[in-house]
Amino acid sequence: MNVNEVLSRVNVIFKDVLDNDSIVVVEKTTAPDIEEWDSLSHIQLIVAIEKHFKIRFTAGEIQSFKNVGEMCDGILKRISQ
Amino acid sequence: MFVTPFFIFVTRMNNDLLSFGELKKNLKKDFSSLPAVKIALLGDSPTQLIHQAIKGYAFSLGWNAEIWEADYDQMERQVLDPDSEFYSQSPGFVVFFPSAQKLRAKFYSTPKEERSSFAESRIAQWRLMCNTLQQKLKSKILLLNYAPHDDGVFGSFASKTSLSFTRQLRELNVGVDKLSSEIKNLFIVDVNALQSNAGSVTAFSPAVYINTGFVFSLDFLPRVALEICQVIGAARGQIHKCLILDLDNTLWGGIVGDDGWENLQIGDFGIGKAFTELQQWAKQLKERGIILCVCSKNDDAIAREAFEKHPDMKLRLDDIAVFIANWETKVGNIRFIQQVLNIGFDSTVFLDDNPFERNMVREGIPEVMVPEMPEDPAEYLPFLESLHLFETASLSDEDENRTKQYQEEAKRTSVQAAFANEDEFLENLNMMATVTGFTKFNIPRVAQLTQRSNQFNLRTVRYTEEEIAGVATDPNRMGLSFSLRDKYGDYGLISLIILRLTDEECFIDTWLMSCRVLKRGMEQFVMNAIAVTARKKGFKKITGEYIPTPKNGLVKNLLPEMGFVFSEGKWILELENYKEFKTRINPDKE
Repeated sequence: MNVNEVLSRVNVIFKDVLDNDSIVVVEKTTAPDIEEWDSLSHIQLIVAIEKHFKIRFTAGEIQSFKNVGEMCDGILKRISQ
Repeated sequence: MFVTPFFIFVTRMNNDLLSFGELKKNLKKDFSSLPAVKIALLGDSPTQLIHQAIKGYAFSLGWNAEIWEADYDQMERQVLDPDSEFYSQSPGFVVFFPSAQKLRAKFYSTPKEERSSFAESRIAQWRLMCNTLQQKLKSKILLLNYAPHDDGVFGSFASKTSLSFTRQLRELNVGVDKLSSEIKNLFIVDVNALQSNAGSVTAFSPAVYINTGFVFSLDFLPRVALEICQVIGAARGQIHKCLILDLDNTLWGGIVGDDGWENLQIGDFGIGKAFTELQQWAKQLKERGIILCVCSKNDDAIAREAFEKHPDMKLRLDDIAVFIANWETKVGNIRFIQQVLNIGFDSTVFLDDNPFERNMVREGIPEVMVPEMPEDPAEYLPFLESLHLFETASLSDEDENRTKQYQEEAKRTSVQAAFANEDEFLENLNMMATVTGFTKFNIPRVAQLTQRSNQFNLRTVRYTEEEIAGVATDPNRMGLSFSLRDKYGDYGLISLIILRLTDEECFIDTWLMSCRVLKRGMEQFVMNAIAVTARKKGFKKITGEYIPTPKNGLVKNLLPEMGFVFSEGKWILELENYKEFKTRINPDKE
């Protein structure tokens, strides 16, 4: 799986969890760019991503993601393990 | 005249637990027509997620939870300060949500000499909280008890020493139970039981907790929210009073009409134990005051016989308020039960192993609670125990006598046709039937059906696999098998016929069907297939015979219903006059 595929799957998760079909995420997207993405829905996003990719992030990783790109890198790192 | 508004709760929790995502989607829906329930929520861990989950669940249960949320970790300050913001809310319900994690921190900072009495002093604190609150408010108080937590400091020795957190937490939970017996308006939400059931690994997410302080995982949160809503619902009178039970493969293993009561699976051995334990559970409910009813597709006498004669039955006819075994639809029968009991459909829980029956009842009477039963009977009881279907806010002693009164009432009222829109329902099922001859793929199943079917079986002729294979190659006999599926699933091979073709006549040697698919037009569909086949072979008429047995009273009138006329000792259908029956079943092209 490459970063683009991860990104497109993550985009689907964002649309579903945030209940907004018009959301488009790119690597540079951060929480302030998306209205529904707050600290509460962030947990939902993380849990949905963990379930989808069958991975588990550490508490430190969850805190460290600065944007969607870093999230995707984190996913790639975990699924390649 | 003033008419009291009556709210119909259309969207009930009938299926699996809703997910947190689904609950959150509920928040966007229109609450304006729903009755408002004011709730104050106070916790010592962040409460935003449980707030959303409660609001979402309340919507599904038909009310609008207006939740006021205290600032983080303000339980005591808000309650003990008479001028706090909390008292200006006048909530109908106050929900206290203390966490085991905060409790642990408090315990660790308690001086060693006070630790033995830690639980005691916390209980005293809760008593003070409740009493203070009750001086100003008439609210009902919900206290979430503590999730089980073993800090491992003493290992199993923790049980032996009052200096351990593990033991103090347990004592505290017992203490708040007792406190709730003492304080009438205090209700415990048993998070401890819920988490024991779910398991800490599922219920608690360490990474989420460390990052945010939330003490329940997103998977577990909906279960807690549902429980809070059910306890509030019970206090508002939304309770289940009646449990309606199917029989075959729900209350016992096997099909009584086919297998006979002697061969039912109940008792201490094998799979029977699963059904026995379910019966014992249902009996406990009855003793608690829940009304038990039976609604089964069966011959009434045959079904009752099992209750009367089987030595391992834990439930007896005395325990059943209304006993209905017939071949009508369950929607109609449940309407009848409701008339006899004169209770709301929303007070009723219906248990059935058959997904078709469950869905038909859900669609026909959406207010009835229909749990999505597990496939494996071994899981029935653990599943049902975990649902807390029969929450209540009080108990009364008079409940036990009720069964008798209802039994008498049932005798007075006769079953009426209450089967509205049945045709529409059947049409919506998208039923598809496949008709095939006997092939090597279906011969074992065909033979098995001829050996096992007793009820819908015109002549009860038994065949072995070899004999069925013989039918398949015999030019003077013709076998057809029928499979059925609908939008809910595939029922497999459920009916078959064997025709004997001689120069003079086309004779129905065998016609049988699984009772699971009764009342869906399948018998008419099969009749049409018989007629088409006979016409193709050039016959002018079909002859049939009914051989009565103790178990096949169900098909006594099948032939006349299909248009056969009795003459010279046999049933005859003139094909010239035969008009195809209209059914809602579509033939599948294969």
